[in-house]
Amino acid sequence: MVPLNWYLTLAAALFCIGLYGVLSRRNAVAILMGVELMMNAVIINLVAFWRYLQPTNINGQVFAVIVFAVAAAEASVGLALIISIYRRRNSVIADEMNLMKW
Amino acid sequence: MNFVDFQAAHILTLIPEITLILLIPLIMALDVIWPESRRRQLGLVTAIGFFAAIVLALVFSVPNGENALLFGGTLRNDLASFLFRVIFMFAGGITALLSLDVEGLGRKGEYYAILVGCVIGMNFMASAADLIMLYLAIETASIGLYVLAGFLRDDDKSTESGLKYFLFGAMTSTVMLYGFSLLFGYTGETNLYAIAQSLKNGDVPTATAIAIALMIAVGVGFKVALVPFHFWTPDVYEGAPTPVTAFLSVASKSAGFAVLVRVFLIALDPGATQWSPLMTAMAAVTMTLGNFLALPQRNIKRLLAYSSIAHAGYAMLGIVALSKDGLAATMFYLLAYVFTNLAAFTVVILFSRVAGSDEIADYAGLSRRSPGLALAMLVAFLSLGGMPPLAGFISKFFVFAAAVQSNLIWLAMVGIINSIIGLYYYLIVLKVVYVKPAPEGAPLIEIPRPYVFALGVLCFAILFAGTAATPWYNWAVDAAKSLF
Repeated sequence: MVPLNWYLTLAAALFCIGLYGVLSRRNAVAILMGVELMMNAVIINLVAFWRYLQPTNINGQVFAVIVFAVAAAEASVGLALIISIYRRRNSVIADEMNLMKW
Repeated sequence: MNFVDFQAAHILTLIPEITLILLIPLIMALDVIWPESRRRQLGLVTAIGFFAAIVLALVFSVPNGENALLFGGTLRNDLASFLFRVIFMFAGGITALLSLDVEGLGRKGEYYAILVGCVIGMNFMASAADLIMLYLAIETASIGLYVLAGFLRDDDKSTESGLKYFLFGAMTSTVMLYGFSLLFGYTGETNLYAIAQSLKNGDVPTATAIAIALMIAVGVGFKVALVPFHFWTPDVYEGAPTPVTAFLSVASKSAGFAVLVRVFLIALDPGATQWSPLMTAMAAVTMTLGNFLALPQRNIKRLLAYSSIAHAGYAMLGIVALSKDGLAATMFYLLAYVFTNLAAFTVVILFSRVAGSDEIADYAGLSRRSPGLALAMLVAFLSLGGMPPLAGFISKFFVFAAAVQSNLIWLAMVGIINSIIGLYYYLIVLKVVYVKPAPEGAPLIEIPRPYVFALGVLCFAILFAGTAATPWYNWAVDAAKSLF
């Protein structure tokens, strides 16, 4: 069987790629994609921990299911907000959203 | 830890949440049935619903002191969560009243429905004792708040504020979630009290525990607007519709503190020596930066945004004191802050309705245009600045005292110097209101009756909590004891 560490490394790598995407991308949709990658890393983590360490404890699986339900809700609200700003400005570039600054 | 098997009586603890859940379809149905002319009353229905939920909570749901873990350990029925839930429902009710006559919000059923949904999420944030429940509750509240911040679709600032809030919020909450997943992996538990036990047994290596605490601090720090996770605050506060800003600044912040208390002082408590220096530094920087950045502001909503960052720093003092007194002081601080900041934002809403502006310079001569409004502003701003005999003074006194008791004298000194800086910019606003003359022909400001009621309640509460603090503080002390 594949050792647990490999899954955790995969999840950590995915999380870092997602975080890098969130911090470096200028397009709001791409930022949202980065967040989704981070969410996926969390789900891999949860399922791997559940399968290897706590197979009798259903909590890990429940947590994973809840996380992807929330991820879907978050993505839909996020896309709705992106559409509402696109209608006003014809742009989804985060840098150009600078009406307000100090 | 005492898990309790399900009993029908446990439903009683959820009576306020059940009331609120029933309120949502009622609002949506009335929104469809009522003609446009009657829809102003939707806000009244919502506010009555919130206050009814508070009354029902006080009648049926007061915790019995057993501090039992209910519903499979997902919720904890203690006085601390009860206190927070009442605060959130009060803030929700007042926000509904404040939204009545706001263009683009006041007559929209879905606005009130989302508001109620957010409060339900916050209620569960305060009572959750399980990572899964906690995450679900945080997202229930946050996702609704993203929509509320961007609610005015035809307004450039509101849409921008909604998107900024969403992007920051989604990222930070996911970082926190990664921390949760590691916490589950290392301890094999999702219950916060079981996690504390597992940490005490040394199941988690120290370096990992610190990393987890840092990740959770990102998510919670975003919610309560601690430096360095405060960047969103001024922009979102300025752009969001003002009633939503008021709600964000009091309810969302208090909910963040409820989570912070539960996660850091219960679940991560065995690692307190590792995370408390970091939190102490964050508290000091938050107070200082918030106050200094508030000084040059010309927009009242941005000023209040930076002031709310500073207030998060003051409230942190009680938490980093790591004592029951400190925790009680923080809870009392939040209570006073909710009354005070809601009153301040009520004035801002009423003023911008007539004047159409949030610039501080336009407040000139407010004392002649509406003496009552100016007086309410005086009470709210002096309380924010920490002047006796108002709630802001006594609550600051309690948090500073808690810090001194825990030998954090330097931190209390930083806090006191900061309150003086804070008082300076609050007084500058009051100077504009009272000393500068009004422009020629400026109209008088009418205050609709629901707003008079809201302002009256809030000002009375500020004075009452400031002069007769003992019963409120004792309540906070009991709540702090019930957490452990």
